[in-house]
Amino acid sequence: MSNIFEYAPAPESRAIVDIKPSYGLFIDGEFVDGTGKAFKTVNPATEEVLAEVAEASDADVDAAVKAARRAYTRVWSRMSGSERAKYLYRIARIIQERGRELAVLESIDNGKPIKESRDVDIPVVAAHFFYYAGWADKLKYSGFGETPLGVAGQVIPWNFPLLMLAWKIAPALACGNTVVLKPAETTPLTALLFAEICQQADLPPGVVNIVTGAGDTGRAIVSHPDVDKVAFTGSTDVGKAIARAVAGTNKKVTLELGGKAANIVFDDAPLDQAVEGIVNGIFFNQGHVCCAGSRLLVQESVADEVMERLKRRMATLRVGDPLDKNTDVGAINSAEQLAKIRELSDIGEAEGAERWSAPCDLPANGYWFAPTVFTGVSQAHRIAREEIFGPVLSVLTFRTPSEAIEKANNTPFGLSAGVWTDKGSRILSMANRLRAGVVWANTFNKFDPTSPFGGYKESGYGREGGRHGLEGYLKGEDS
Amino acid sequence: MSRIDVRKTYKLYIGGQFPRSESGRSYVVNDAKGRLLANAAQASRKDARDAVVAARAAFGGWSTKTAYNRAQVVYRIAEVLEGRREQFEAELRAAEGISTAKARTYVDAAIDRLVWYAGWADKITQVVGNANPVAGPYFNLSTPEPSGVIAVVAPRGALLGLVSVVAPLIITGNTVVVIASEENPLTAITLGEVMATSDLPGGVVNVLTGSAAEIAPWLASHMDVNGIDLTGIEDATLATELEAAGADNLKRVRRPAPDTDWLAEPGLDRMTRFLETKTVWHPIGV
Repeated sequence: MSNIFEYAPAPESRAIVDIKPSYGLFIDGEFVDGTGKAFKTVNPATEEVLAEVAEASDADVDAAVKAARRAYTRVWSRMSGSERAKYLYRIARIIQERGRELAVLESIDNGKPIKESRDVDIPVVAAHFFYYAGWADKLKYSGFGETPLGVAGQVIPWNFPLLMLAWKIAPALACGNTVVLKPAETTPLTALLFAEICQQADLPPGVVNIVTGAGDTGRAIVSHPDVDKVAFTGSTDVGKAIARAVAGTNKKVTLELGGKAANIVFDDAPLDQAVEGIVNGIFFNQGHVCCAGSRLLVQESVADEVMERLKRRMATLRVGDPLDKNTDVGAINSAEQLAKIRELSDIGEAEGAERWSAPCDLPANGYWFAPTVFTGVSQAHRIAREEIFGPVLSVLTFRTPSEAIEKANNTPFGLSAGVWTDKGSRILSMANRLRAGVVWANTFNKFDPTSPFGGYKESGYGREGGRHGLEGYLKGEDS
Repeated sequence: MSRIDVRKTYKLYIGGQFPRSESGRSYVVNDAKGRLLANAAQASRKDARDAVVAARAAFGGWSTKTAYNRAQVVYRIAEVLEGRREQFEAELRAAEGISTAKARTYVDAAIDRLVWYAGWADKITQVVGNANPVAGPYFNLSTPEPSGVIAVVAPRGALLGLVSVVAPLIITGNTVVVIASEENPLTAITLGEVMATSDLPGGVVNVLTGSAAEIAPWLASHMDVNGIDLTGIEDATLATELEAAGADNLKRVRRPAPDTDWLAEPGLDRMTRFLETKTVWHPIGV
């Protein structure tokens, strides 16, 4: 790119956030010191230590579950739906009021571009609370009864920290459950700010409890005998471990796990739009997206043209400071994740696929990976089978719709898929035959509180969002 | 001299055929008074795997038939069952030692249940699907789709119990491998004869007889089975093991239901537990 197109820095001020040197756990409406150790959360764009955060021990988790149980029995399950709704509406409004602060904090802790945290994550979080608030007094029309389960144990990932919190907490509370939620160990800060928002909303103590920590804390929540519901978003391996751990119990489980989505481009697709969709599909949020369109299936007749346009477009992606308003691709969330992306990319090369990365200067500090595409990928390659969870696209080709379906469905995952074509009947036929929970046709990576999200096969079970999202938090008619 | 009757060999029902167990094993099935009724095939791991292959092969065709067509096929099972009701009443009386009136009640209820589920084929999508009003210019529709191949451990009720667990799965487009009640397996095979003559494509329902404790673990750990219904498992430890084994490919699980009143009208749950929700987005524009 020529220099005349260089942008001046346009940094969003971080003065709006006030990060404390250390954080405790949010249990029974108050911040308390944990009984375990502490860990550090860092800014992945700079490797700067942001804060020390308590690692909840088994005893801390137990205290949180007890607080949630008390709040459930004494307050939340007895409150009318219309009153619960008002708390959720309050929370939605405070999230909107403090939206800029939440967006900046999310970008600092997670590494995602401010453009995305400001325009996608936080607005959708507020919308999610607003949507489920309205369900709280209308559950009898949901089709799933109106009896809550009790205490929900919820474990969420680091890729959309506050958005995943909203997907978990909003429906749980609307249905009359109380929650113990663990944010990911690399991104705890917005969940802790959310705890403050619960205080501002005067949410009754114990209805929401936030316990920070890593895998051991998550296990303690999942296996706690007084937890009635387990909701998890994260890796398929951990999802399977949870499914094993709850076997033989009465716990209701929803799992939203990995993916390896096919994004299928036919030769009659509007190619410039498709290229935008491919870029959005795999480079949105640094590719840290379970439903990312990480396998591009492009029809052979247009493969060369699509690749040429795609590379040209990728070269314009601005990689760098997450707080810069012009940044398209931010930092990889952690050193560990960066190592995984590098490892799988190296394997891709070693297995014979051709690697191309967008020419871009990466900052000296922090965790960075240039947007990368692999061509000449076969279905047997690990980069076509395993979730990379980074800005790495694997490209395969096909000739016929049936071949596209065959390849798209040839995966143990089934979370999402994309189709690009101008032919309406083909869209509907492809959508019918793709074994995936979300199909984006001539678009990609769209999310909305009214729209159910979740996978087929090893991408997990249960749905989050929409009317369907209530099912995981209600007793149901006969189950 | 009285005529010597021609007795039936009870085999398995796999892929629309009635094969013996490849293991060559059988076990004695007695009536309620302890007299020999027949030898039933004792299915093996290999039989279970063959049944899964048959169910998988049948899934593509069955799940893409129109709902109207699936409804008519399941209704046809009810019609054929009605025509053979005396045989089923007699089998139930012999196997379970129940009265004529009770046997009639169960057969009535089994037929009626098939009719009830038949009607759901083209309504379940309307009842559990949704048009979603997203905040943007997008068409957005959620519809249910079958999970795939479902392994089922049937409860004791030789006819009504079996029909009550199988019908809700096939009406939505799943295909099934069902382990019949271990102590009353014969009626399940006779029901297989009804299904085989009701235009139900081979492999949509596969019936195994034998020991659930022996066969179910192979189905629970089978990586080409998408869901497992543990309704008929009475041993809590076994149920836990089967659920845990199913986690290897994240099978959808229905936990045991020991106190089910099979005469009561079922809800939607037996259908919805093994349905996926697919949500399709498309931009709206000119």
